[in-house]
Amino acid sequence: MKYAYYPGCSLDSTGIEYQLSTKAVAGTLGVELWEIPEWNCCGASAAHNTDRLLSLALPARNLALAEKEGLDVAVPCAACYSRMKATEKAVRGSEDVREKISEIIEMEYGASNRTLALLDVFTNQAGLEQVASLATKPLQGLKTACYYGCLMVKPPRLAEFDDPEDPQTMDRLMDALGAEAVSWPYKTECCGAGFASSRTDIVLQMSYEVLRLAKTAGAEAVVTACPLCMLNLDMRQKEIEAKNGVAIDLPILYFTELMALAFGHKPAAIGFNKHFVDTTPVVRKVEQGRRAKEVQP
Amino acid sequence: MKRVGVFVCHCGSNIAAVVDCERVAKEAAKFPGVAFSIDNKYMCSDPGQDLIKKAVEEHHLDRIVVASCTPRMHEPVFRRATENAGINPYLFAMTNIREHVSWIHTDREKATEKAIDLVRMAVAKVLHTVPLEKSSIPITKRALVIGGGIAGMQAALDIADNGNPVVLVEREPTIGGKMPMLDKTFPSLDCSACICTPKMASTDQHPNITIYTHSEVERVDGYIGNFQVTIRQKAKYVDHKICTGCGLCETKCPNKKIPNSFEAGMGNRTAIYKAFPQAVPNKPIIDAANCRKLTKDKCGVCAKVCPTGAIKYDDQDELITIDVGAIVMATGYDLFPWKEAYGEYGYGKYPDVITGLQFERLVNASGPTSGHILRPSDGKEPKTIVFIKCVGSRDDVKGKAYCSRTCCMYTAKHAHQAVDKIEDSHVIVFYMDVRTAGKGYEEFYQRTVEDGVHYVRGRVSKIYQLGDKLIVRGEDTLLGEAVQVNADLVVLATAMVPSAGSGEIAHIVGFSTDKDGFYQEAHPKLRPLETFTAGVFLAGACQGPKDIPDTAAQGSGAAAKASAVLSNRSMETDPLISQVNDAVCAGCGVCVGICPYRAIELKEITQRAGGKTIARRVASINSGLCQGCGACVAACRSGALDLKGFTNQQIMAEVDALCL
Ligand SMILES: Cc1cc2nc3c(=O)[nH]c(=O)nc-3n(C[C@H](O)[C@H](O)[C@H](O)COP(=O)(O)OP(=O)(O)OC[C@H]3O[C@@H](n4cnc5c(N)ncnc54)[C@H](O)[C@@H]3O)c2cc1C
Repeated sequence: MKYAYYPGCSLDSTGIEYQLSTKAVAGTLGVELWEIPEWNCCGASAAHNTDRLLSLALPARNLALAEKEGLDVAVPCAACYSRMKATEKAVRGSEDVREKISEIIEMEYGASNRTLALLDVFTNQAGLEQVASLATKPLQGLKTACYYGCLMVKPPRLAEFDDPEDPQTMDRLMDALGAEAVSWPYKTECCGAGFASSRTDIVLQMSYEVLRLAKTAGAEAVVTACPLCMLNLDMRQKEIEAKNGVAIDLPILYFTELMALAFGHKPAAIGFNKHFVDTTPVVRKVEQGRRAKEVQP
Repeated sequence: MKRVGVFVCHCGSNIAAVVDCERVAKEAAKFPGVAFSIDNKYMCSDPGQDLIKKAVEEHHLDRIVVASCTPRMHEPVFRRATENAGINPYLFAMTNIREHVSWIHTDREKATEKAIDLVRMAVAKVLHTVPLEKSSIPITKRALVIGGGIAGMQAALDIADNGNPVVLVEREPTIGGKMPMLDKTFPSLDCSACICTPKMASTDQHPNITIYTHSEVERVDGYIGNFQVTIRQKAKYVDHKICTGCGLCETKCPNKKIPNSFEAGMGNRTAIYKAFPQAVPNKPIIDAANCRKLTKDKCGVCAKVCPTGAIKYDDQDELITIDVGAIVMATGYDLFPWKEAYGEYGYGKYPDVITGLQFERLVNASGPTSGHILRPSDGKEPKTIVFIKCVGSRDDVKGKAYCSRTCCMYTAKHAHQAVDKIEDSHVIVFYMDVRTAGKGYEEFYQRTVEDGVHYVRGRVSKIYQLGDKLIVRGEDTLLGEAVQVNADLVVLATAMVPSAGSGEIAHIVGFSTDKDGFYQEAHPKLRPLETFTAGVFLAGACQGPKDIPDTAAQGSGAAAKASAVLSNRSMETDPLISQVNDAVCAGCGVCVGICPYRAIELKEITQRAGGKTIARRVASINSGLCQGCGACVAACRSGALDLKGFTNQQIMAEVDALCL
């Protein structure tokens, strides 16, 4: 399996652990990721508020480069995924848009290739049986709250691979890795990332709700597929705790980190040490669970 | 020498604003065969029709052309005017210069030219018409009503009171439909069962009504006045002729945990059961799928305890055929399957998120909680109750684009009942709009608001369970604020959708449904009770969401329509049907399969050829069934079929008039 890979702006910086673990998982699964050469920003959050054509043209350039190679595109970030899907749909749906966009990016783009969320690629496309069989170090007993956020499965007209209200892809993945996915109501609520820098008070409130409900549901870690969610839930957790006078201590991990861990990669090599909230309890819990299982099989 | 009169209608300014009608009339006067031509403001008015009569007398006309609106609108009017003027009504042609010209064009010059062309074609056509005569067919004086809800009962009673026998077919074991499930009815808050069960009893006792419950219509052949209907009486396993309805079997049946659909899933019943105490007929049936005797050949308790020996484990389905002259469809509605669509409300995983119909059972004194509002999860009385309107209605993404019409009112009713029955209650209604168009409706809603019910304008975006509370999050769009309610019970006003299987039964009876699956009326304004299939009428929520007053009115209306059909001994049929030229027909039978109305059969004829008598088969048209669609004419390989009033010759004349 070979995909064009669009890391987007986070994966080389704030989301470096997403990048590290993605590469590790791809290696184990035998998925070849061809990084789109000289990719540009997808325009998320700013472009579609400014100009519709601009918001379509920015992702289109990346997609066109992949189309030329005849490759579908794997996108880790939920926001990039949403913008690229929007472009793909717009170009597929209108000859007029296709022509305009091709003219702007000075490249033919016909949307003959597909944009896929990395989550979709590593689960549904790769096959969960294969994932389960490669999970040599299963995440025995780890209780996770799978957090899809607002863009991974919404709006349904763009994201089509899972249910917009009660998605299951990550839940099933946790199951394949030997972990438990708790049932909780905030799977697809927003963390507030749209206001990340303008109204942090709102972000703190919204992210607090997400963390609070994950904790109430008994989760020991929150799993995400979005670097923006990660930023808010992980980096701001201390601030949220202080503001609300509570202790949360909930490690936030990318689904790829947990995959890589279960595949036997070393935690440090896949970025476990790059989080704000200490992730060692997760590693410890998983090891304990495994040992307990070995004792009484 | 044929003498055609041409009449061009202005339709006020509907046509005249775009078409120069005077010029059309002037040009028409020059066409071959036209002896008289004139334009007029309203041809359909009395003076307009008189104009035809006068012109026929003065100018000795023998054929009429009217250029006006669609023939669907006024063809019968002008045919009658032609007949009144002493001309065979089929020596008349109508051409549509309104829908086909003035309403769709703006360029006056070109529109006028098009109108002239259309009149030229109509004149050419009418020159080739021959006088046609109506024929008549006998009428079976019996009606069939399908569905025994309030609509079906009302229709059956009215037809029966008119003196005609009625067969009422209901697929459930009891008649009544949804109405006996309801507690009180808006806007007067009278007890639903108290007004509905007497109707059920009257229907049962009426000497002119025969009821088949637990039955379905399986096949319908024939046509208005002469339908042949096959009814499947499903096995009841109880001989209702012997059963006294004592109910002993129900108390002894060991299988007591089957969800009762009459309780909207809120209560249970036994395998041998009556849906509710006032069921009609008031005798039980066995639900075969859940009976231990019928599935595993164990138990048999009901047969042992039955004092009259009415239990019949070897009962079989029975097919009954009847002839009827008219059919009333009254198959009602179901509720939108919200659990499949509304993930934000939990896809049905929270037990205390219920539907309005379930709430009706909770407040109903004869319901599973004896009328106490207790929540399903823990049987506690809820204090904070949230009602959400438009779940599946007015939501073209997840549900239906239309408004279900009854929900605003029944939610006001429910909210009032909640405030009334529960002390210290806090009742909140989330709404998009409050629609209360009906007599006494707005007053009812205002009273509910005065009761202290809190109306919040906005949709609920999410419900989730936290401990024993349901967290309801939404928006108050009037304040522009997010709101959150920690509720004990949430009641969803789910959309009304056509009842399960209504598409199939429409197909069996032979009429069409609309984009949402409701039965299609022949005209949304002027023929709301009829279908496009003659002799088939509509009543109640099967035609579109409706409350009880409207449903009852439609039931009576459909009954009047059906009674009008049955009041005649025979009826005239339109002569515009296919005809067969036996001499040319090769008997291939292609037309038999093509005909959508099953109106063509092959019949044997004998003829003399070469000194011998030979028998051969040719197509034969049933004049009662043929609707004059012309499908067979187009399909006929030997050109033996022709449509009277639209003959090949007439159509060629029209084409020639336009093109030559
Ligand atoms: C929660 C709720 C509360 C309501 N409260 C009120 C109120 O207070 N006041 C008011 O005016 N209205 C109220 N209504 C509306 C009311 O229920 C309807 O107006 C009314 O029931 C419509 O009657 P109907 O006979 O058309 O349909 P139904 O009551 O649905 O009856 C249809 C019948 O046809 C039968 N049937 C269906 N298909 C077939 C078939 N193929 N063959 C044979 N039989 C078939 C069904 O079994 C059923 O018995 C309420 C509705 C709801 C959902």
